[in-house]
Amino acid sequence: MLKIENLQASIGEKQILKGINLEVKPGEVHAIMGPNGSGKSTLASVLAGREDYDVTGGSVLFEGKDLLELAPEERAAEGIFLAFQYPVEIPGVSTTNFLKTALNEIRKYQGQEPLDAVSFLKRMKEKMKLVNIDQSLLSRSLNEGFSGGEKKRNEVFQMAMLEPRLGILDETDSGLDIDALRIVAEGVNTLRDGERSFIVVTHYQRLLDYIVPDFVHVLYKGRIVKSGTKELALELEEKGYDWIKAEVDALV
Amino acid sequence: MTTPIDFKAQLIAEFQLNETRLNGESRSSLHQRRRLALSRFEQLGFPTIRHEEWKYSNVKNLVSQEFNITPSAEISHEDLTSLEIPNLAGNILYFINGQYQPQLSTIVSPADEVEILTFTEGYKKYPALVEEHFAQYADDSNDAFTALNTAFAQYGAFIHVTKGKIVETPIILRFISDARAENVAVQLRNLVIVEERASVKVAESFRTIGDFSSFTNTVTEAFLGNEANYDHYKVQDESEKAFHIGTTQVHHSDKALSYDTTVTLNGGWIRNNLNLVMGGEHVEAHLTGLYLPNGKQHIDNHTLVDHAMPNSYSNELYKGIMFDKSTGVFNGKIFVREDAQKTNAYQSCKNVLASPDATMNTKPQLEIYADDVKCSHGTTTGQMDEEALFYLQSRGIPKDKGRALLMLAFAEDVVEKIKIPAIREYLESAIAKKVGEV
Ligand SMILES: Nc1ncnc2c1ncn2[C@@H]1O[C@H](COP(=O)(O)OP(=O)(O)OP(=O)(O)O)[C@@H](O)[C@H]1O
Ligand SMILES: [Mg+2]
Repeated sequence: MLKIENLQASIGEKQILKGINLEVKPGEVHAIMGPNGSGKSTLASVLAGREDYDVTGGSVLFEGKDLLELAPEERAAEGIFLAFQYPVEIPGVSTTNFLKTALNEIRKYQGQEPLDAVSFLKRMKEKMKLVNIDQSLLSRSLNEGFSGGEKKRNEVFQMAMLEPRLGILDETDSGLDIDALRIVAEGVNTLRDGERSFIVVTHYQRLLDYIVPDFVHVLYKGRIVKSGTKELALELEEKGYDWIKAEVDALV
Repeated sequence: MTTPIDFKAQLIAEFQLNETRLNGESRSSLHQRRRLALSRFEQLGFPTIRHEEWKYSNVKNLVSQEFNITPSAEISHEDLTSLEIPNLAGNILYFINGQYQPQLSTIVSPADEVEILTFTEGYKKYPALVEEHFAQYADDSNDAFTALNTAFAQYGAFIHVTKGKIVETPIILRFISDARAENVAVQLRNLVIVEERASVKVAESFRTIGDFSSFTNTVTEAFLGNEANYDHYKVQDESEKAFHIGTTQVHHSDKALSYDTTVTLNGGWIRNNLNLVMGGEHVEAHLTGLYLPNGKQHIDNHTLVDHAMPNSYSNELYKGIMFDKSTGVFNGKIFVREDAQKTNAYQSCKNVLASPDATMNTKPQLEIYADDVKCSHGTTTGQMDEEALFYLQSRGIPKDKGRALLMLAFAEDVVEKIKIPAIREYLESAIAKKVGEV
């Protein structure tokens, strides 16, 4: 589904991704962990198509297509969804309206008719239940004045609405209270259908108790320096990153 | 080669010619007031950019043109179809090149609620009332265009709302410059009197037809009695060759409440003055504006909120989206006089430069002489929010569409203030069209 090879990206003069290799197959969940500033959000942003970053090397194939050639909206229409670490507040645009536009643009790209009002509302209701989000929140301006947790929940709600093939969750767990964390994780699990894949960026094992990953990777200084299964996350929880940092830095 | 006619001289000559036709009316106090205004205009002359108030808005191109200053008005229903506002209902008055067109107009409100007449009719019927208010608020002692307008006061509307009457049916004044045959210059003068505890909504819509230049010099004075409510909207959608200089002057008595909204969709070169004088206590005034110039359009909004009395509130929000090589000016003055304790005055002007070649000059000007007041002001001019745009794109919305969506949302804060649904909807669709195309 997704094949990243030797991906390098920089912002201005500063190189942030220094050769990432990662393959995600249909239905898999990959957790990405790593210290602050190691490049996790940068990787997520580059995959979603943020223009601030210059891709200086490597390739990304998504369902056989060269992802780096596509505009962000085309990537979304191809099935990539990024749940932002810091969702943006957009005054004057309601979540409902925005999602209707987004959904129909994606359908248009895929050669489908726009969703009629009834089906759209039906889908809204269904997905609202999934993440336990309130109607009143959705009629407000997008993320404006939302609490940290409400913003994260709204990200997962949007993902449920748009039904991507690959969901990238960038620290969606931070800012969620314990109940919200469970609800959101269960929402994500419902979307796991054997075909849909996820990249889950997180600092905490807690989330991975709910969303059990197939693989865990550690990103450090712009590289994936360690990969393993869910046990690796437990080990990190216990020991922190120092031992990995020491291993890597010893090689340099 | 013909030497160009001097515009100022042409106007003065026309005034004198007009005077010879007035017979008895020339001795009326209204006409004496016009004369005073003309002498002021003669003395002031047209402003240059050395004049502080006209620093960024040069009238040179305007005053160097030749205009027919007494254009005719012949127009049919068919000519107006392209200017229609769908579902517009209410008291609708058409003025073509200043001249009232009864055959195109509809007045539905009963006269015991609100008297809607032309300026001239209003003066004939209620001379004392007109003399009491006319030219009492819009100051022509230091403004050449207001002086000129006062001297030529003749075309426009007279609106008088009876004490205690709530006029639900809006009054829509449609001013159309017909520039199909020649360059035309028109002076419009409206007088609105809202008596105690009365309420009314007045919209002014400015349009042009034809490819020649037009110049509209308009002044609307409104007097609001105690506890009067006044909604006033100015909507401009004129041609690239339209010059427009307008002053909206509002005088508040105790506990009067006003909403002024100015939306400029298009126009060649525009100067809007909105002046509020709070002559009473516990006044509440809202001022909102939106401008979306493209091409080489120039839009200048000057506002003045004069807190002359204590315990009043004003809230001002102007927003602009500047396309192409357009230029804009916002100058917002707030005076809080020595007596005006417990004043709350807020001002904000936000601009988006949608093009690197557009320019916006903003100047808030607060002069506060009282000590127990709350005032704030802020202006911002920046690019489109790229983070927001990326967010929309990341959800599948193409960049152009996302940009249009953000611009519409930005404009909505102002458009939503308009309480005449047909005008609000017309604006929403016109704005959507404009931000989608530019
Ligand atoms: N726009 C930018 N300008 C300059 N430096 C940037 C920019 N964006 C990211 N960086 C830098 O790139 C590095 C990686 O940032 P990134 O946000 O990808 O880290 P992260 O792994 O997501 O960290 P965290 O766990 O704190 O979210 C950091 O050093 C950061 O300061
Ligand atoms: Mg991050």
